Amino acid sequence: MQVLGTAGKVVLGLGMAVVLWAAFLYAHPAESFVGESSRIVFFHVPTAWISALAFLLAAIHSGLYLKTRKMERDDAAAAAARLGILFCVLATVTGSLFAKVMWNSYWNWDPRQTSIVLLLLVYGAYLGLRQAIEEPERRATLSAAYALIAFVSVPFLMFAVPRMYASLHPDTVINARGRIEMSPDIKLVFFSSMIAFTALFAWMYALDVKATRLVRRLSERTGGFEA
Amino acid sequence: MILRAAAAVFVKDLRTEWRTRVAINALLLFAFSVLVLVGYAVGPTRLTLEDRPVVNSVLLWIVLFFSAMTGLSRSFVNEEETGTAAALRLSAPPASVFLGKLLGNLALLGVVMAVVVPLFLALMSFGIAAPGLFLAVLALGGVGIAAASTFIAAIVSKTAAKGALFAVLATPLLLPPLVAAVTGTQIAATGPESAAGLDAVRLLFAYDGLMVTASFLLFDAVWRE
Repeated sequence: MQVLGTAGKVVLGLGMAVVLWAAFLYAHPAESFVGESSRIVFFHVPTAWISALAFLLAAIHSGLYLKTRKMERDDAAAAAARLGILFCVLATVTGSLFAKVMWNSYWNWDPRQTSIVLLLLVYGAYLGLRQAIEEPERRATLSAAYALIAFVSVPFLMFAVPRMYASLHPDTVINARGRIEMSPDIKLVFFSSMIAFTALFAWMYALDVKATRLVRRLSERTGGFEA
Repeated sequence: MILRAAAAVFVKDLRTEWRTRVAINALLLFAFSVLVLVGYAVGPTRLTLEDRPVVNSVLLWIVLFFSAMTGLSRSFVNEEETGTAAALRLSAPPASVFLGKLLGNLALLGVVMAVVVPLFLALMSFGIAAPGLFLAVLALGGVGIAAASTFIAAIVSKTAAKGALFAVLATPLLLPPLVAAVTGTQIAATGPESAAGLDAVRLLFAYDGLMVTASFLLFDAVWRE
């Protein structure tokens, strides 16, 4: 069975194309940003949001694995962590490009840059742990425990530290004043982009979970050897 | 009940450690070698006065962190290697095992700190202006390192590549408290206790509480695996 039908693929493809067009040609550049640099918000924020969502999914499925001991949960957690790293790299790179344009330096160890590198390290370690254990049940249990301990300690830094130390990062969408400060055209493109990226992620995630499950079933059938 | 069993696990580990003194000797020798290297390469006079607090704080925590990485995984790896883990699993509840091992690692790290920190201060002529803050940062940083290391040691003892994996898994988890500890040490070196120093202490305290609680809750699943 297909994860997403032809109609869904057409809608998603057209949606992404429209968002891309609107991001560069429809929305106006925001004030108080150098040149056209504000357009990165249409790509940087959705990728960052999706990596946070993916890591949250990884933690939830890890917790559910420890509770139910169903291998499907482990498949879902592993797929979420992998995609989370992918989108986290994209968020890091887009943020770094913005930093170069805005502050003339790709990297200056801003609290937000530090915390995103830490996220990459933690989930890289998670995937390293998965590779180091042969036996599926043991791998699932130990990596679920690591994912959970990482999830309680690292986001703590992600959310606490950038708010404690001064950061150059522009105000987040969910800010202390509790309102979104964007002009109407930027707001429209921004939220369309969030929806399109989230739909794209949902599709990729469903595909990855399915593929992971198939590989696991295959190796169960062939007695540990991947055909 | 849990506390008494934890104390028993702690005493057992102390006794086995005392018979061979492998872990403590490895930790101290490693810490001392790094200290000699740092003292020889950087020394007390190479740094300008304003660089001293920053560089020395970083170096001190690097010495402590790497010493912890060499020795603290033994607590669980040893049980798996000698095949005593199954017996321990039968004779003590998981909460007591974790607590006992945590106490053991804390004691080990405490001994290393008691030797390394005064030596470091003397070798590097590293003056501390706010000793109270410095001691608080050392204690809370030590608890954070010990808690995370104990839990990660329990995980890696069940895998094939124990030694290499231990540092890989523990480092990202320990970066937050280490950054806070370095900042706190730096503030303790330069001036009297300030709001920023208290912030570092608060961050360390929050991390310690979170780490101890979370590993306490998750340890059951790892230990029974």
